[in-house]
Amino acid sequence: MAEFTLPKNSKVGVGKTYKAPTGAKRVKEFKVYRWNPDDGKNPTTDTYEIDLDACGPMVLDAIIKIKNEIDSSLTFRRSCREGICGSCAMNIDGTNTLACLKPIDDVKGAVAINPLPHMPVVKDLVPDLTQAYAQYRSIEPWLQSETAAPPDGERLQSKEERAELDGLWECIMCFCCTTSCPSYWWNGDRYLGPAVLMAAYRWIADSRDEHTGQRLDALEDPFKLYRCHTIMNCTQTCPKGLNPAKAIGKVKQLMLERQG
Amino acid sequence: MNDSNADPIIDIRRSQLGRARGLGAAKSGLHHWWAQRVTAIALLPLSLYFVLSVLMLEGASRTQMMGYMAEPWNAVLFLCLIAALFYHLALGLQTVIEDYVHTDATRLVTMLAVKGLIVFCALASAVSVLKLAL
Repeated sequence: MAEFTLPKNSKVGVGKTYKAPTGAKRVKEFKVYRWNPDDGKNPTTDTYEIDLDACGPMVLDAIIKIKNEIDSSLTFRRSCREGICGSCAMNIDGTNTLACLKPIDDVKGAVAINPLPHMPVVKDLVPDLTQAYAQYRSIEPWLQSETAAPPDGERLQSKEERAELDGLWECIMCFCCTTSCPSYWWNGDRYLGPAVLMAAYRWIADSRDEHTGQRLDALEDPFKLYRCHTIMNCTQTCPKGLNPAKAIGKVKQLMLERQG
Repeated sequence: MNDSNADPIIDIRRSQLGRARGLGAAKSGLHHWWAQRVTAIALLPLSLYFVLSVLMLEGASRTQMMGYMAEPWNAVLFLCLIAALFYHLALGLQTVIEDYVHTDATRLVTMLAVKGLIVFCALASAVSVLKLAL
């Protein structure tokens, strides 16, 4: 059956509190999920008080400050700090988003920070995305075409054909959407999830790709595709403002269309 | 996890890609998805008709009830309602079971029991209508 409570060894306890330096005027609390695979203990929520006058504006600035100045054991992924690499995807204030794009001021009260939901945790805020990456690989996200490219140039698209890819190619594969989807939580081993399905549609919609039918064949499955119940968490949470639910809807529409 | 000296137990050595591909696509699911939507739309007017019938027949005697059902229109609409309703119910419950029941044996048993019960109820309803109508 689906699990509605956390297993015993995943129950989150109260952790340490790190007070703000004396004299700090604008203090904000950050409640951060901590789990260390090496100490055999349950996860905890540590509280860090940060002086916002000595911190950058984004949540990522705050957790980098924590790592640099307060607790170097805090573990998280980050790279570009400008919303294009997708590394710092995490659950902030109850919503999956990129820490680098989330202004601290957007959160009222304490800032709760947790790893992406329902994925195995490697340590602290680092989720294990191996399964999601393998699912991405399984939809063969590259151009497949028997017609050879013109010897003297690129494969051309009309402006309209190229416009079909807008709202799809911008996906940075941060998996905020996939890990926000209850259907993926319950059936992630078989359901591909919104990020991967949108990536699949990105190639289905590509005028240069000739494997449209095979791509649809590979998705036509009660679990791989049809576990999507149009819950729309994916679209609501996408930090890039994309619409995976609409892309999945388009795939279902094409399935119907090819039946005649 | 508690004993860090113990060897990790690895019971799956299949590659991640192999697991992601699984048994491949079943090449089905479209019909289920489409039928669920079609029956949902059909149920809008049919439910309205059912509610109106119930209101009209409030306090009716058995003879009046049989007279109502003897009208071919009414009998056919009731049979349509029964077909759409129980088909929609079966599709919907199948989705719920697939979503939440993850043990293969439990899933199979639950699915068969639920679908069997639905077929029984649908046939019982249809026979009731026919008994009144014919």
